[in-house]
Amino acid sequence: MYTVPLPRIGTDIAWRDAAKRLISAGVSPDQVLWDFDNEMGELFANATPLPPLVRRIKAPKSFVEMADWVVWHNDPQRFARLYALLWRLRHQNGLMQDRADPELAKLRQMEKGVHRCKHKMKAFVRFRDLRRNNERRSFAAWFEPTHHTVEPTAPFFARRFADMDWMIATPDVTAQFVDGNLSFHPGQPKPDLPEDAAEALWGTYFCNIFNPARLKVSAMTSEMPKKYWKNLPEAQHIHGLIAGAEAKVQQMRDAAPTLPPERAAKIKRQLRDDQADDV
Amino acid sequence: MAKLDLTQKLAILSDAARYDASCASSGTTRRDSRDGKGLGSTEGSGICHAYAPDGRCISLLKILMTNFCIYDCAYCINRVSSNVQRARFSVDEVVQLTIEFYRRNYIEGLFLSSGIIQSPDKTMEDMLRIAKRLREVENFRGYIHLKTIPDAAPELIEQAGLYADRLSINVELPTDNSVKAYAPEKNPATIRKAMGDVKARKDVAGERSYTGKRGKRFVPAGQSTQMIVGADASTDATILSHSTRLYGDYKLKRVYYSAFSPIPDATVKLPLIKPPLVREHRLYQADWLLRFYGFGVDEITASRPDGNLDLDVDPKLAWALQNRAGFPVNVNKASKEMLLRVPGFGTRTVGRILSTRRHRSLRYEDLLRMGASLKKAKAFITALDWSPGGLTDSADLRARFAPPPEQLSLF
Ligand code: SF4
Repeated sequence: MYTVPLPRIGTDIAWRDAAKRLISAGVSPDQVLWDFDNEMGELFANATPLPPLVRRIKAPKSFVEMADWVVWHNDPQRFARLYALLWRLRHQNGLMQDRADPELAKLRQMEKGVHRCKHKMKAFVRFRDLRRNNERRSFAAWFEPTHHTVEPTAPFFARRFADMDWMIATPDVTAQFVDGNLSFHPGQPKPDLPEDAAEALWGTYFCNIFNPARLKVSAMTSEMPKKYWKNLPEAQHIHGLIAGAEAKVQQMRDAAPTLPPERAAKIKRQLRDDQADDV
Repeated sequence: MAKLDLTQKLAILSDAARYDASCASSGTTRRDSRDGKGLGSTEGSGICHAYAPDGRCISLLKILMTNFCIYDCAYCINRVSSNVQRARFSVDEVVQLTIEFYRRNYIEGLFLSSGIIQSPDKTMEDMLRIAKRLREVENFRGYIHLKTIPDAAPELIEQAGLYADRLSINVELPTDNSVKAYAPEKNPATIRKAMGDVKARKDVAGERSYTGKRGKRFVPAGQSTQMIVGADASTDATILSHSTRLYGDYKLKRVYYSAFSPIPDATVKLPLIKPPLVREHRLYQADWLLRFYGFGVDEITASRPDGNLDLDVDPKLAWALQNRAGFPVNVNKASKEMLLRVPGFGTRTVGRILSTRRHRSLRYEDLLRMGASLKKAKAFITALDWSPGGLTDSADLRARFAPPPEQLSLF
């Protein structure tokens, strides 16, 4: 029996390394326990050393890519499920193309969940200006991801916000980017971040880009689920916008057509003359 | 008039911009700022950073430079004859808003349009100043969409293409006659010429010269346009034929359909209606079928004699219901073209069917796991363990899909 400890930071590399050794030594899935971040406690602290890597086993590229996503899922069974599929792949050619295999379908679904979480993190992280008077500007955000997505998503922020320092703090893992260097640290409680005046302007934009005549709340919540709202500054306006929408539209409909402002006639005359000149 | 502060201007000038449907920020070149000398990145597909309660994606800071306008388009809140409050951003204000919003991860970039002030050229020049400042002074590498003023000089439009990821020129209404009636200062021929110029310029940029070098980057995310639906009497057949021509002639990336929506201070010329949102949705579905599913306009609009799409069922289902003789199709044998025509099968499902059936024959359950919507598809397919029997030709098949008559409410 092997108990494989997997760290919270660097999970992907640790899992892949262990899986390679185990599969090359022919260790079957029922002989392996995966212990993420010491969650199993002391009882399993004395892990049997992993077998050495004796020969490289080939696995389809599509599996390796899928595994790189699935390891970040929050399902405690993720490592075992991946290893079980890897085990089957030794003898089942074409398994990865079988889009209807239940085990693979489950893993694909988990992969999709991580994809989605990563996507939502890119979308919904909201930085606040720390207003430090350094040459590089500094920003920080608090975010609560569904899966362990900080590590695979942080490089996106590094590519995008390379000319500033930033931190994304989460209960899971915290990412820091200082002077161009990205590093990961254990998760933490929500830090106190200074107020940022830009949030009010952003709220103004959110309220005014909304078209009350097209109210469609379910379309909003399916893409921006409520669980994210507490960390989105613009979300505080949502209730008011929905409540006031009908009255606003009614007002537009009831308003009697007004007379054009005085300058309109003059501008139109001028424009007609100009356009006549053109031809 | 009291001087407006930034918040007031932003309120007025985003309110004025919300009638433009597009907020897309996808499909441009990949860029990043890893060198530490600039700000921003674009990586294929854009990101929706928020959703408004109208369900629409907020990806860009979508604003007007100014809502002063000398034109008098009847459907538009900014027309010269409207009493809406006017405002104008300075170059600096737009640049700062864009950069500060971007740094906080609120947006992918800027979608700038404008009312026409003084002259089309003057307006375009001012918009260019903003784009240039963003690119050259702020080293901004995020997304920029400029709504082009069609009457502006071609050189100005050409310059815009060097800064922008996308240019758009709205055709506004589905027919030339409607444009004449409701946007009297606009000229459909000029709009088409401007789109033609952008296409020609982009074609040149894509070619390699004899030295093997590519031309300068020019609107990498292409051009798009928008048509207002429901303001005039055009049918869906007219609208979709127009789109097909636009996609073909100008290689447009997207045609957006915008349900005519109530505006404050409407004109007597164009009474307000309830925005035809379902119709807009059906048009997008039909547009998709035309571009990715191998359907022709005639096929899609043939199901009803009045040339409009069926509002109760989606256009693919409507077509299949009318053409039941071709169904059911065998998912284990049918061609890709035919599978794409099965209601409830998307392009992804079809891809999965094709790849899996090389290894084994498919059952009903398999299709479920591949993401097919069998509620729709089951009447139109056979699988290893599935045959629809008499379902395909049953008289009440349409009724199974069409929603029960809706309760009407007063508008
Ligand atoms: S040109 Fe017409 S559509 Fe454009 S802002 Fe002016 S009035 Fe509105």
